Amino acid sequence: MVINPIKDGIVLDHIKAGNAMELYNILNLGELECSVAIIKNADSVKMGKKDVLKIDQIIDIDFNVLAIVDPGITVNIIRDGKLIKRTHLELPSVVKNVLKCQNPRCITATEQELTHIFKLTDPENRVYRCIYCETKAKNYSGNN
Amino acid sequence: MRNLISITDLDVREIEQLIYTADDIMKNPAAYSEKCRGKKLATLFFEPSTRTRLSFEAAMYELGGHVLGFSESNSSSATKGESVADTVKVVSYYADIIAMRHPKEGAPLVGAMNSTVPIINAGDGGHNHPTQTLTDLFTIYREKGGFDNLTVGLCGDLKFGRTVHSLILALARYKNVKFVLISPSELKVPDYIKHEVLDKCEAGYVETADLMSVMPELDILYMTRVQRERFFNETDYVRLKDSYVLTLPKLDTAKKDLCVMHPLPRVNEISVEVDKDPRACYFKQAENGKYIRMALIMKLLEVK
Repeated sequence: MVINPIKDGIVLDHIKAGNAMELYNILNLGELECSVAIIKNADSVKMGKKDVLKIDQIIDIDFNVLAIVDPGITVNIIRDGKLIKRTHLELPSVVKNVLKCQNPRCITATEQELTHIFKLTDPENRVYRCIYCETKAKNYSGNN
Repeated sequence: MRNLISITDLDVREIEQLIYTADDIMKNPAAYSEKCRGKKLATLFFEPSTRTRLSFEAAMYELGGHVLGFSESNSSSATKGESVADTVKVVSYYADIIAMRHPKEGAPLVGAMNSTVPIINAGDGGHNHPTQTLTDLFTIYREKGGFDNLTVGLCGDLKFGRTVHSLILALARYKNVKFVLISPSELKVPDYIKHEVLDKCEAGYVETADLMSVMPELDILYMTRVQRERFFNETDYVRLKDSYVLTLPKLDTAKKDLCVMHPLPRVNEISVEVDKDPRACYFKQAENGKYIRMALIMKLLEVK
């Protein structure tokens, strides 16, 4: 399968196989007018199978969101057909308004203008907790 | 400026200093009667409370200070839809220190993020209640002389019982404290406390539904009430509320120096006949609460 190289854009590589569509939706890539390639189950030496997203435009991406969904993703920025920056994601220690607390007893459930802040409390198991009520964050999904 | 939102905001040394101060206040109350002269404590109680609020108020009065505030959300602007942040910003202009109770978890932290004066969490839903924990620690210190090497039984509602969660966090920092968690399966300690706190304790913990089988090994028996307000479902509350009732015969196999504690109010989980047993410490505990809150107010107001 051949997909033309992009000139100016972003390649999200090493996405865990099966996660590409979720990321496509979370990043609202469907709203872009440029070409977006979703490559599923590509062969990978490192991962066996992987997904890749190619976006034919430089857009602002919230790396915190990416890291929470899949910290193994590599972000490649392409300009004039050349790789100018490669970023390996790290789990952010604090995320604001990325995750939403699901605890109905949390103050954020009644005071909805409050910033939802989560802290990384267990990096090994990727556990984030609400700073207000300490409830563990559920897995990220775009509308949570 | 310091706040007290969680018991872990204080390190072990600071807690010990508070205990020593509280102990000294008990012995020499007159020496402290003017320490907070001219200072005002605001008690913002968005949820009804008797002993915690009165304990704070008595503490401030006995330090020579003044008290203002409200004792239920109906008498505050919260009923008009005012946010916690706005309430605290305004009260910061009127008081030197704030004690806040709120039914929602994390509300005092929101207060602390918006306050120019120290905030004390006086209970936030089923989450934290650090001044109760200080009270409990002060009581254990007075009854046992320290915290190391104790076997501590926690009995009743260990799921929603905020006093239990805070006490576990505090005692887990001492040497060789063994926890015995006694509850019906529906009211067990939440997993995150097990994984992030109890699993790291050197003496470990055990879970059981049978109080009598563990009674002989306990140094402390901390009873709790199954609280109606923590349940969304009345049926579950009714089913679980009488899970454990401590009676005098049940103490037959207990150690002679067992310390029976309860954050109060009790409903029927400790029979009144237990009150006259020398092992009953829960009313002393209530008294201790005033003195440790006096020590805390002084610390946060940086009064020497």
